Amino acid sequence: MNGLVQPFVQHALLAGTAIALAAGLVGYFLVLRAQVFTGDALSHVAFTGALAALALGYDLRLGLFAATIGVALLIGLLGRQGRADDVVIGSAFSWILGLGAFCLTVYASSRGGANGDSGVRVLFGSIFGLSSGQALVAAVVAAVICLGMLLIARPLLFASTDEAVAGARGLPVRLLGLLFLVLAGACAAEATQAVGSLLLLGLLAAPAGAAHRLTDRPYHALALSAGLAVAEMWAGIATTLAVPSLPPSFAILAAATAVYVLALLRHPRTGRP
Amino acid sequence: MLSADTYRASYEAVSALPAWSWNPFADLRQMWAFPFMVNAFRAGTITAVLAGVTGWFMVLRRQSFAGHTLSAVAFPGAAGATLIGVSAVYGYFAFCVAAALVIAAIPRSGKAAGGTESALTGTVQAFLLACGFLFTALYKGLLGGVDAILFGSFLGITTDQVQLLAAVAVIVIGALAVIGRPLLFASVDPDAAAGRGVRVRLLTVLFLVLLGAATAAASQITGTLLVFALLVTPAAIAQLLTARPVRSLLLTVAIALSVTWLGLLVAYYSPYPIGFYVTTFAFAGYILARLARGSA
Repeated sequence: MNGLVQPFVQHALLAGTAIALAAGLVGYFLVLRAQVFTGDALSHVAFTGALAALALGYDLRLGLFAATIGVALLIGLLGRQGRADDVVIGSAFSWILGLGAFCLTVYASSRGGANGDSGVRVLFGSIFGLSSGQALVAAVVAAVICLGMLLIARPLLFASTDEAVAGARGLPVRLLGLLFLVLAGACAAEATQAVGSLLLLGLLAAPAGAAHRLTDRPYHALALSAGLAVAEMWAGIATTLAVPSLPPSFAILAAATAVYVLALLRHPRTGRP
Repeated sequence: MLSADTYRASYEAVSALPAWSWNPFADLRQMWAFPFMVNAFRAGTITAVLAGVTGWFMVLRRQSFAGHTLSAVAFPGAAGATLIGVSAVYGYFAFCVAAALVIAAIPRSGKAAGGTESALTGTVQAFLLACGFLFTALYKGLLGGVDAILFGSFLGITTDQVQLLAAVAVIVIGALAVIGRPLLFASVDPDAAAGRGVRVRLLTVLFLVLLGAATAAASQITGTLLVFALLVTPAAIAQLLTARPVRSLLLTVAIALSVTWLGLLVAYYSPYPIGFYVTTFAFAGYILARLARGSA
């Protein structure tokens, strides 16, 4: 446990806990609203955003947040009732990913080759590479996302389970969907820093999917999803400290998948009402 | 990945960047003087037809997410195969077909299960990508090749690869031709098809396996992250433009072919990756199709 005194581990724990908490909360609603594919699209947008910012010479995080939140708004506004069609999302994000490959090449040629790492870093994350300032900012932003999710949790739950009735009761269903997508976009940008843009989908989907399997009661499942995400993050970081040859992103994802498989085996029937 | 680097080196040595001379015949002849360009066109053509046909059924069946997962899974396949020292081709096929079976094995309980089902698909995808990352981390020498696996390279395709690709294409398209009619029926109206005695469940599994094989074959050319563009976008364009099955299927193949050829042509004359051009042309076509339909 002497690993805990290392500053980079403390930064990883600080940022990781906050990010996992946010991902758990957002992920629960993504699964409930059957918008996991949207989360997938946002994760790929994060890659392009980060590399575009690098290629233009800005801070990576600026590109991350601008791209994910922008695309979240776009998906929300274009889609019917804030839920866009799979095919529209698929066509758009495969192009955005191609654009990411373009930015990677531009960045690579402008830096004279010795950069292969930054692309890999954005794709697969490096939670141990966060500086204390980066970790603090990540934690604060994640806390804001969590707060936002908790504030809209009640009406969003209503709007997600029964949209028609919620609309009839005067809830701004469309606005809620849009707000949620923006929070999901910000969360995707956050999680990219921890586990990378290709893997953040696991952090969003796995704890939430497990929570949906384990309980039918919404608030329990919401709390369980956040709790599982944090526990998996810690388990992943601890495993990496014990076995240094494992990349942290893999360890976190492996923990998340293991929990999901266990939940699946315990409750083979679908737990959703 | 070594061979791609060698090819790239020799290609850059021969011509820093070939110039476009506005004489299409001379340009084509000059381009096809390189055996690797000929192979790239052969492989690109086969890939486009294969991805177009399977993608058309995929879009019709609203299985974009499953298709995307299958294509992403090719990455750990290739990385894992390189790690244990066998050809990447085996890794592509083993992982894609296995992932197709896992996704097909998800217990389904009616339409309400959409959310949990996609949670499982997402988890499978993220976990396998993480495995791919683990394999590349364990096999240090591969790190330079990650971009090539993810975003594709038209350099360094061997004649053997083209032959394998052709064989896979013949098998997959042949199988789709056999199950095409019942699959179409089951895709459009599963309940009525089941009532008529069509084995919907079996068809679903079979189609996912075929999709897995097609993505595995195509990933080698376009890269695992971009094969999805060839699967979804041409089919989406065609299904926007016409509702008649045979016509839109043919249109899909035609669009996939032209996008791939254009991409190869432009990528040959520029320093940027082919994946970028293929996805950009495809997406531009999609926007045009939407606009055309919106104004009509």
